[in-house]
Order: sequence, then structure tokens, then C-alpha cells
Amino acid sequence: MRLTAQDLAVRRSGRRIFSGLSFALGPGEALMVTGRNGAGKSTLLAVLAGRLKPEAGTVTASEVGEATLSECLHVVGHRDGLKSPLTAEENLAFARDLLGAPTASPQAALEELGLGHALRLPVAYLSAGQRRRVALARLLVCRRPLWLLDEPTAALDAASQEVLAGMMARHRAAGGLVIAATHQALGLVDARELRIEAPAASTQAAPAAAADEVWW
Amino acid sequence: MRALRALVARDLALAARVGGSGALSLVFFLMIVALVPFALGPDLNLLSRIGPAILWLAAVLSTLIGLDRLFQADEEDGSLDLMSGSPAPLEGVVLAKVLAHWLTTGLPLALASPLFGLLVALDGRAMAATALTLLVGTPALTFVGAVGAALTASIRRGGLILAVVVLPLMIPTLIFGVSASESALGGTVPFTTPLAILCALSLIAGVIGTLAAAAALRWSE
Repeated sequence: MRLTAQDLAVRRSGRRIFSGLSFALGPGEALMVTGRNGAGKSTLLAVLAGRLKPEAGTVTASEVGEATLSECLHVVGHRDGLKSPLTAEENLAFARDLLGAPTASPQAALEELGLGHALRLPVAYLSAGQRRRVALARLLVCRRPLWLLDEPTAALDAASQEVLAGMMARHRAAGGLVIAATHQALGLVDARELRIEAPAASTQAAPAAAADEVWW
Repeated sequence: MRALRALVARDLALAARVGGSGALSLVFFLMIVALVPFALGPDLNLLSRIGPAILWLAAVLSTLIGLDRLFQADEEDGSLDLMSGSPAPLEGVVLAKVLAHWLTTGLPLALASPLFGLLVALDGRAMAATALTLLVGTPALTFVGAVGAALTASIRRGGLILAVVVLPLMIPTLIFGVSASESALGGTVPFTTPLAILCALSLIAGVIGTLAAAAALRWSE
């Protein structure tokens, strides 16, 4: 699939977060969204996921057949969408049935992330890093071309970060797209970087993302 | 279809594992019904005359228990975002969630009502009539409540606002529920007339409630 964002501007509660943001991603490409805390990285991901309406600009997906954009993407963010009373397996099986296009069993996905032993444990018993890994296992149980990852490595140990890097590399090799908001290198080979700057700090460093008016 | 079945199964599993709202609303129902004889005194004739009304009032109030978490719980942990990414339409998601909610709150309430009818001195005929009206009437209450739940999904502590928004909309169901149960005890109107209107109310609420709740969820995004 191909994703194009043109001239995006977002305003939340009357406050301009960013404007004039454009990029295009083709099959196999990755985009790292960087910027300081509060710059609007998560907001951009929310717009791409269709949860927020942009004030101006468009997001279009092409080469995806009849599917809408929100049916083409996986989101892994701070709100992990896991139900604490249910086991990791039940959570993943639910996500697979809900989202469709199953590719791997919950067990295989969890084993890939080194959590095979937690299959029948309620998610409530898991640590923050383990929960994050269960949420990341959702990327494997069904196939969706676009991955939107909001600080995917938060709370992950070094070994899991490598597993994630491997997952993203395989996903891109199969023609998938990755957009990740992050503060650290994710092991994404030749990923493009989109830096969202606040106007005070911005000295024309990022022409692609000139956030010109931000009111605090 | 598979997605919606999975959603119903998940909500039922959650309700069974956490306990929570289903059992709680049943206990609340029992509490209200048990309190009324204490307030009115042991006048059995009076109690059996107003019994159906008490049961219906208690049912309306106990429907509100747990309704505020219907969409809020999913909104807070991000499950709602997951559901909006599903190929199934949001209306279907709402329908599945409301169905699961009714199965864990409305249905037990209707099934337990004959037992609670004993507390307000109902005879067998009135018990059966009240249980039947609750069975066909509680879906309307749940669907109307779902609209309020969707509107207050992103508001913290929205439970009270939910009650204020939703209770006036439940009045028609209450009127026809009570009049159907009372017409079974005798009177000029045959039992089936208000019962048919009650069924119609449930069907109308099913359509409008589903569409309105889905619209409210989209709008809050």
C-alpha cells in the first residue's frame, strides 16, 4: 500500500499542534516521527489512525483495494487495548477475530516475542514490558500493511527491542509500512525521519514539518 | 459476523470473570424491592396492587448500574480504537456490546423478577405477566441507556450525567411496562395491547439506540 499525507494541520482544544505536514510512504518504507515531548507525535498517529480529524489536509491510502485506511493499520500505543482479566491468549484471539485476516496463532506470536509461558496467564499478572510485548504480538496475529507504533520500545528490554526490530524488518520486506513515534533508534534500516518542531526551537531544520504557529 | 461473535463472547467472558455489574444490578434490584414493604408497611392488598410498578421502577433504576462502564472501560484502555479498526461497522460493535450487556443484566433481572415478586405479594398470574413484560421491555432500557453510555464514554465519572440524560427517555417504556403488567390483573384493556406497544418500543429503541450510540462514539473521537 501507499500512504500520502498532504499539508496536515491539527488543532486540539483551540491550540494548533502542527501544520503544513506532508509525507508519502511507499511499500517497504518506514518513517520515524521524532520531536520533543508534547510536539504532537501521538497526535499525528491518532490522525493517521482516523481517531482525530485534521483541521486541514488529507491522508489517503492507495493500492489497498476496497479497504478503508482504518482497516489497513495496526496501532500499538500507550493504551494497549488489552483486557486485564483475560489471558494473553484470549486477548490475542479476540484481536484476531475482530480485525480479520489471521496469519499466526496467538501461541506462535507470543513465542516469537519470548512470552510463550504467559499464554494462559491473565494480562493483569504481567509487567509493563510484558504487556507491551503482548500488544506487539497483535501485529503478528493478523496481517495489516501499515503499522503505527507509538514509542514501541517503551518498557521493553534490549532482547525484545531486537525482536521488534526483526519483526519490523520482515514486515517491510513483505511490502509493509511502518510509522513509529520514538525517541530512540529502533533498528529501522534507512528509515526516513519526520521531525515535528515547535516554532521557538525550529530554525528551518525540518522543512517537511514546519509547525509554524503553536499557542501554549 | 465472526468479529461480532468474538466481541459478544469476550464481553460475556469479562462479565463472568470480573463479576461486577451483572450481579450487582441484580442485588440492587433486590434491595429496592425489599425496601418498599418497609416503607409502606405490611398492607398486602396495597403491595400487590402496586407490585408491578415497584418491580418496573426497580428494574429501570438497576439498569443504570454498570451502564456507565459499557463503553467507558473500552475507551480507557484503547479497546475501542481496536474495535473502530475492525472491518465490522461501529453499529455492529455497539449492537454486540449491548446484546452482551443485556444478557448479563437485563435477562437475569427478568428471570429473577418472579422471585422478587413474592416480596411485594404478587400472585402467580401477576408474577408471570411482570416477568414477561420485563423480558420484552428491558432491551429497550438497555438500548436507550447505551446512547447515554456512548455520550459519556470519554467523561470521567459520567455515571450521574448518564442517569440524568437517560432516565427521562426511559419513561415511555416504564409507562407501557407497568400498564401491561397491570392489565394482566384485570381492567378494560386486554393484556396484549400494551404488550405489543412495549415490544414495538424495544424494536424502535434497538434501531435508534444502535445508530445513535455509534454516532455518539464517532463524534467523541
